[in-house]
Amino acid sequence: MASPDEESPAPTEPERWRDLDMLLSRPGNLVDANFDPSPGLRDTLGSLVEVLVVGAGGLGCELLKDLALSGFKNLHVIDMDTIDVSNLNRQFLFRVQDVGKSKAEVAAERVMERVSGVNIVPHFCRIEDKEIDFYSQFSIIVLGLDSIEARSYINSVACGFLEYDSDDKPIPETLKPMVDGGTEGFKGHARVIVPGSTPCFECNIWLFPPQVKFPLCTLAETPRTAAHCIEYAHLIKWNEVHPGKHFDADDAEHMQWIYSEALKRAELFGISGVTYSFTQGVVKNIIPAIASTNAIVSAACALEALKLISGCSKTVSNYLTYNGLDGTHINVSEFVRDKDCLVCGPGTLIELDTSSTLSEFIKMLEEHPKLLMSRASVTHEGENLYMQSPEVLEQMTRPNLGVPMFELLKGAARATVHVTGMAENNGKKVSSLRKLRVAFKGVEKNSKMDTTESF
Amino acid sequence: MAAAAAAFAEPKTKYDRQLRIWGDQGQAALEKADICLLTCGPTGTEAMKNLVLGGVGSVTIVDGCLGQSRAKSVCSFLQELNDAVNAKFVEESPLALIDTNPPFFSQFTVVIATQLPERSLLKLDSICREANIVLVAARSYGLTGLVRISVKEHTVIESKPDHFLDDLRLHNPWTELKQFAKSTDISDKDPVVHKHIPYIIILVRLAEKWADAHDGHLPSTRQEKKEFKDLIREHMLNLDEENYKEAVESSYKVSVTPGISDDIRQIIDDSSTEVSSSSSDFWVLVAALKEFIANEVNGELPLEGTIPDMTSLTEYYVSLQKIYQAKAESDCLALEHHVKKILKRIDRDPDSISRAYIKAFCKNARKLRVCRYRSIEEEFGSPLLSEVQKYFTDEDYCFAMNFYVLLRAVDRLAANYNRFPGIFDSEIDEDVPRLKTAAVSVMSEMGLNGASLSEDLITEMCRFGGAEIHPVAAFIGGVASQEVIKLVTKQFVPLPGIFIFNGIDQKSQVLVL
Ligand SMILES: [Zn+2]
Repeated sequence: MASPDEESPAPTEPERWRDLDMLLSRPGNLVDANFDPSPGLRDTLGSLVEVLVVGAGGLGCELLKDLALSGFKNLHVIDMDTIDVSNLNRQFLFRVQDVGKSKAEVAAERVMERVSGVNIVPHFCRIEDKEIDFYSQFSIIVLGLDSIEARSYINSVACGFLEYDSDDKPIPETLKPMVDGGTEGFKGHARVIVPGSTPCFECNIWLFPPQVKFPLCTLAETPRTAAHCIEYAHLIKWNEVHPGKHFDADDAEHMQWIYSEALKRAELFGISGVTYSFTQGVVKNIIPAIASTNAIVSAACALEALKLISGCSKTVSNYLTYNGLDGTHINVSEFVRDKDCLVCGPGTLIELDTSSTLSEFIKMLEEHPKLLMSRASVTHEGENLYMQSPEVLEQMTRPNLGVPMFELLKGAARATVHVTGMAENNGKKVSSLRKLRVAFKGVEKNSKMDTTESF
Repeated sequence: MAAAAAAFAEPKTKYDRQLRIWGDQGQAALEKADICLLTCGPTGTEAMKNLVLGGVGSVTIVDGCLGQSRAKSVCSFLQELNDAVNAKFVEESPLALIDTNPPFFSQFTVVIATQLPERSLLKLDSICREANIVLVAARSYGLTGLVRISVKEHTVIESKPDHFLDDLRLHNPWTELKQFAKSTDISDKDPVVHKHIPYIIILVRLAEKWADAHDGHLPSTRQEKKEFKDLIREHMLNLDEENYKEAVESSYKVSVTPGISDDIRQIIDDSSTEVSSSSSDFWVLVAALKEFIANEVNGELPLEGTIPDMTSLTEYYVSLQKIYQAKAESDCLALEHHVKKILKRIDRDPDSISRAYIKAFCKNARKLRVCRYRSIEEEFGSPLLSEVQKYFTDEDYCFAMNFYVLLRAVDRLAANYNRFPGIFDSEIDEDVPRLKTAAVSVMSEMGLNGASLSEDLITEMCRFGGAEIHPVAAFIGGVASQEVIKLVTKQFVPLPGIFIFNGIDQKSQVLVL
């Protein structure tokens, strides 16, 4: 089969954009107060705005295409995964020949082939591998993820950029809005997060309850279902038989072993329902996914991104759920911010003596009842004060540990610093980013900031 | 996996994530389906992309857009997505095809009509209804749009609802279940056994105890239900016995209303249960179900036959599973007997409905769904006026109702002026009152005199100028494809009415007119 490019030259530029330009060039009654319609608006926004798409999977592929066809010209995409055969039923930018390659790289290439004038920079790495500064270049971040941890991380990064003025009002220039999508089978959600004004991911973390695990005694003593037999083989038997050997869910031999052990156990107890496919589903916690739901949720996210950036209409306020199981149900809920949120609030206040050193400061974070953050790295206005890793940076910044913070922060009465380290989230210690406000005792105060929070 | 090793993708692996939703049967139905798309602009292409990825049998693209042959290029794009799909194209205007070649459509399972004007849609609808072809119409228009289904009847066995009460029959246990419960010592002295007696047994035993003390009645009032919970708690050895906690939480299952739900009653009472040789298998089964219920002492539906996981010793749980399965199997056999009798009566081969089908029907007897759609002509000619008026005054539905009227009005205006309102910047100001006039005439034909439209939305419609912007097209196309999947697999429940997209604040709604 000939490649589509040979068969179908892309539509000419004005033709492709005529419809979108109509929407962006005319005034309306139901638009954002900042909407400034003009025939050149699409071009201006397209060249000024940089968009980051996090994830190049089922949602990410759709998002890249939808954003590129919504007039965005500068896109980045970040994903650490490679393409698997089971992605092909919905991740439409990938072909059988692409299996094993980087999702971000293939997705970027395919969209650029099809939509002329669009530039997409792929990043084949973990989101935590990027410097925080990398994220500051984007006007908007669109999330197409299936993990709570990754959402939480990006959320803390985007909220970390937010600064508050002396009246505790968010400073508009520091706002980094996010649009987040998620799907499971016939259901999905799309939400808009404007840090400081709408709830952030952490404000409504209860929307994503942690997965319930089977009690070990059930697995060991009173198995009743196929899933119990599978988890017994996976969590107990594997370690008994292969002490010290790491279980790899992507290794077909490992999976086959779990399956046959689960099957044996099921037969022993008279339990039915253990199949290879079900074993994979339980062990890998596979979330069913289909093209149509991904398309619907991504389209909603891309439309919200377009409206947020251009102001050409209102935006969803602030959480949309989609359910296609019985009819097509769309529900919009307006959630409220948690005013004490550690992530999107003005930042936890830490009071220091002018003599307190950086190393004492790091110790304080470990003991701080709200933060409980260990192994903290500290930055201030993009400058590394202390980095736990990589080694070369650790060595470079180590001399700072003995220096008073007051000196490192250039004698300011108060300052905002960012710390990354391990902190408790949903009962697990995970890599976290926190924004902190540091104030020095006894130093001339020129604002009422330090009275707004106490603990 | 190495790239070379995967040059050919095993369908089982490729479709793994969707097989977990609709299973092999759903997939087989998709692979048998022939889908026709009318007009392959962004909305139509998006819808087809999702269906081709899912592995439908064949797609046929009809588009008359000249120049670079849109039909051909979209077809090659779709083919590239999945080589297991047979992709074809017809370079002809859908409007002309509807006018000149109605038999063309009878070869398909589903026709997806996108961006069709009202006049052609009406004609296509009558063609599809005549031939019993499912029609899904989708339209993107600026920041609004709609998706609608038209077919005389669509019946669903596997509606797969999200939350549905377990079929435990605790309010009405059959002999074997009662006997098993009786044979289990719920006051076993061994604390390990005591805290591993499944709540089904606890509830059957204690419900019986309750009934003995209350003239054979089960707890029904709030107070009684509370007292019943206390009765359960009295049997706990200590407060952390999970099985007893589950029994307290599930105690309401003892008090469910016996017999058949109103929804199923309505299906059983439907005139289609007067079956003839032309009846569908579904209605033959419903007719059999009706006889089954009439012959059952308890007047219950066939038992589903599965139980949820609960704290229990393995042996108790497995025994219970077997008791439920056995009852379900015997119910299924009884129903099969009625099916065969009915088939004989209507001169059909008594074995012409497979046992697997009957089994699936029994398992889902509480969840059957019948969806019927009025023809578009009926809806236009005699809308459900009370519904329309309700929608207009309901804050949640008002935008959707306005969009419905305006989407019809733009077609009317286009029929007169040969263009959509607001296409030309210079005529927007004149088009606003023109569109309003057209909308008023739509409303008066619907029998609505005096209802007022939102001036803001009329102006918005003119600003849209019929634009098909991509994210809206992707959304509408996505919804259309999802409805097609539900209709083809006969699983889950399709839209009951017209889905009206609201791209302004995303508060989209479904109108039943
Ligand atoms: Zn927050």
